[in-house]
Amino acid sequence: MFGYYLELALRSLKRSPGLTALMVLAIGFGVAASTTTWSVFRAVSGDPIPWKSAQLFVPQIDVWGPNGRSSDGEPPVAMDYTDAVALMRDHRASRQSAMYQISPSIVPTGVGKHPLNVSGHAVYGEFFPMLDAPFKYGSGWSNNDDANRAQVVVINSKLNQKLFGGANSVGKSINIEGKDYRVAGVLDGWNPQPRFYDVVNSGGFSSATDDVFLPFQTAIQAGISNDGNTNCNAVPAESGFVGLQHSACVWIAYMAELSDAAAVTAYREYLDGYARDQQKSGRFSWAPNNRLRDLPAWLSSQHVVPSDTKVSLLVALGLLLVCLVNTVGLLLAKFLRRSGEIGVRRALGAPRSAIYAQFLTEAGIVGVAGGVLGLLLTVVGVASVGWVLPKDIADLARLDVSLLVLTLLVAVVATALAGLYPTWRASQVQPAWQLKSN
Amino acid sequence: MTFPALELRPILASLGKHRIPAILIVLEIALACAVLCNAVFMINQRVADIHLPNAMDEQGISIVQVSGTDPKLAVNDIPRDMTLLRSIPGVSAVAAMNTLPLSSNDWSTSLSTTPDAQISAQSSLGVSEYLMTRGGEQALGLRLLRGRWFSDGEYASSELGDSFMPSAHVIILTDSLAQRMWPGEPALGKRAYVDKLSYTVVGVVADVLRPQRHMDGNAGFYYCAFFPLSVGKGLGYYVVRSAPQDRGHIVRDAVQGLSKLAPNAVVKGQTFSEVRAKYFADTASMAWMLVLVCVVMLAVTAFGIVGLTSFWVGQRRRQIGIRRAVGATRGQIMQYFQTENFLLTTAGVVLGMALAYGINLYLMQHYEMSRMAWYYLPGSALALWLLGQLAVLGPALRAAAVPPVVATRSV
Repeated sequence: MFGYYLELALRSLKRSPGLTALMVLAIGFGVAASTTTWSVFRAVSGDPIPWKSAQLFVPQIDVWGPNGRSSDGEPPVAMDYTDAVALMRDHRASRQSAMYQISPSIVPTGVGKHPLNVSGHAVYGEFFPMLDAPFKYGSGWSNNDDANRAQVVVINSKLNQKLFGGANSVGKSINIEGKDYRVAGVLDGWNPQPRFYDVVNSGGFSSATDDVFLPFQTAIQAGISNDGNTNCNAVPAESGFVGLQHSACVWIAYMAELSDAAAVTAYREYLDGYARDQQKSGRFSWAPNNRLRDLPAWLSSQHVVPSDTKVSLLVALGLLLVCLVNTVGLLLAKFLRRSGEIGVRRALGAPRSAIYAQFLTEAGIVGVAGGVLGLLLTVVGVASVGWVLPKDIADLARLDVSLLVLTLLVAVVATALAGLYPTWRASQVQPAWQLKSN
Repeated sequence: MTFPALELRPILASLGKHRIPAILIVLEIALACAVLCNAVFMINQRVADIHLPNAMDEQGISIVQVSGTDPKLAVNDIPRDMTLLRSIPGVSAVAAMNTLPLSSNDWSTSLSTTPDAQISAQSSLGVSEYLMTRGGEQALGLRLLRGRWFSDGEYASSELGDSFMPSAHVIILTDSLAQRMWPGEPALGKRAYVDKLSYTVVGVVADVLRPQRHMDGNAGFYYCAFFPLSVGKGLGYYVVRSAPQDRGHIVRDAVQGLSKLAPNAVVKGQTFSEVRAKYFADTASMAWMLVLVCVVMLAVTAFGIVGLTSFWVGQRRRQIGIRRAVGATRGQIMQYFQTENFLLTTAGVVLGMALAYGINLYLMQHYEMSRMAWYYLPGSALALWLLGQLAVLGPALRAAAVPPVVATRSV
């Protein structure tokens, strides 16, 4: 039967090709424009890693107690050394990394070359896969390298250009602050804006690329000191970088990957348990006051994401709505006119279900055709935003499959509904009445 | 052209018969109107952002940055670099600074009217600090409103301490900041505090933008404080002033010359116009996307009107033929469809303006949006009326072309 309905539908659509084309175009443009704008808006909405931001979390531990909280009761935005290392040791998230900003000097090999000052971060090996950092050559380092304080380094392509002329430098060695480090990997110009992994030090945005990444414990052991912000509630008892590690000053950023809601709940309980343990042991004299925010919430709490970009997403949705209403209107006009045809088919013995099936097929064809066109246009649109937009923004505009599927579903369901109403109305009337009135 | 009252009755009767498609077209126009109002309003807001005034000689400034050199050598490097920059033909002033407006490299601190204020205290304000070497005011082209510039002695004796605050005891504020700190009082001679350090206000300059926007609205974007600084660490930007047309060759010459002086350093040169364009690149692309959304939406709406009206014309060929046969002119047939469209658009626009206003109120409550000016409503209403009349023109002409003889043929 379906084949017959398909033939009927195609015949009916062919009868008014202009109108059919308009409907398909309207849906196609609606779907394409709203998904393309959605992905671009999302790119500029300050979410630097939109495909993963919901799984990245920033824990905050109240190491200073009531006197050190801000006016709204927030604990410090960074961690002290004790807590950061304890959390890394417990290793409760699927991936995590403590990190601090460094600015070591590098002595290039070759005669007469001057030392360079570079900026970077000391991180754990899980940092790179957790943040999907793209590698040009090689990769990050392993958990074993972290534990063994291996002398390895990951450099960015800019520094690789400068030191090795852009060649594959994996395995070669670099002299950093007087010690030799083996290059484990070269990043492919990775410089996300905002610099979401260390908002506290960059204020979200930093004009200098991170050129080197050293293993956290290796950098600590080598005495490569913190180049970022340090906030203290009291003057450290000991001086220097080691004194800083023993103090309650906060200077370490932390990020953890938690894949689902259960993992988030478990991690939250773990943090509270950790704080209670500190309370029991007498280190904290206050009840747990931790925070665990996902990346978007964290960026917004640090006022990195401008809120008005969210409004633009609503505009893209408004566009889709206009396109759908438009198509539904056209389909209705077309179908409402066919009560005569319905009457004839009913008089010849077709049950209502057969009429529904026929019209749903026709509406469905329009919906699917518009959806497929929209899909193609979206691919073209997302691919071509690079022509109009700056490269860093265009690169971020990725196709969101789940969003696309949802939009397609909405388009098909809306057209199907547009097909149902006239059929329902026509099938309410006696067939004889419709035949007579014609 | 006026629409005789007589004509309205048959149109309304006919629309009553096609209630659902008519309602949908009204709904579509209403939605389009509401989205258009808000989108155009947002586009305008962004354009205003991109052109935020900034009281310095933006068109005559080039920026040169040298990175990758040893900061310990800055005391020697900076005077050498500045001498080279001054020697480039066309350069009228050069200074070194810690950061620049719109550079996204913010040195913010909290300035207060009382010493030792808590960061969260009411009297304490987040401001951006600009440290500049002697001649910074000429290099930037700042406009002094009250007071005086820094003296040579103040420049020479000021050094950057460990807290990243200069050891000078003088400060120049922007007008917005001075008014916010001491509302209704002259700021000159007052003392501003950063923690325990105190600075005497010696001058007030016209509003200069901060390196990046903070949360406190447009006024807060101008909270800057200028400090004098002698040559030393922390000065990463050279500000080079010239006539606008000389900037191209000055940037080239500067990059070439400084690269020769420091072969291992990365030298980056750009005009301030490029700095501004880069800072607002996101805003600009957002505005363009909104324009795209508006165009697609208007096109779809127009297509919808064309499609539906064509369909109605096709459906009413016999009725049109009969009207023509009993004496209606082509003009009257055209007028019928134009009037019909006008009625539908009017209904849509009225609904749409209410909707647009509602959306704006909702956005104001939830998304820090400002109130839409009233003229956006009639503006987009007018746009949709025009669009409707243009869209209906084709189908209406086709309707007018239906010959009277159609009436005599049976289906």
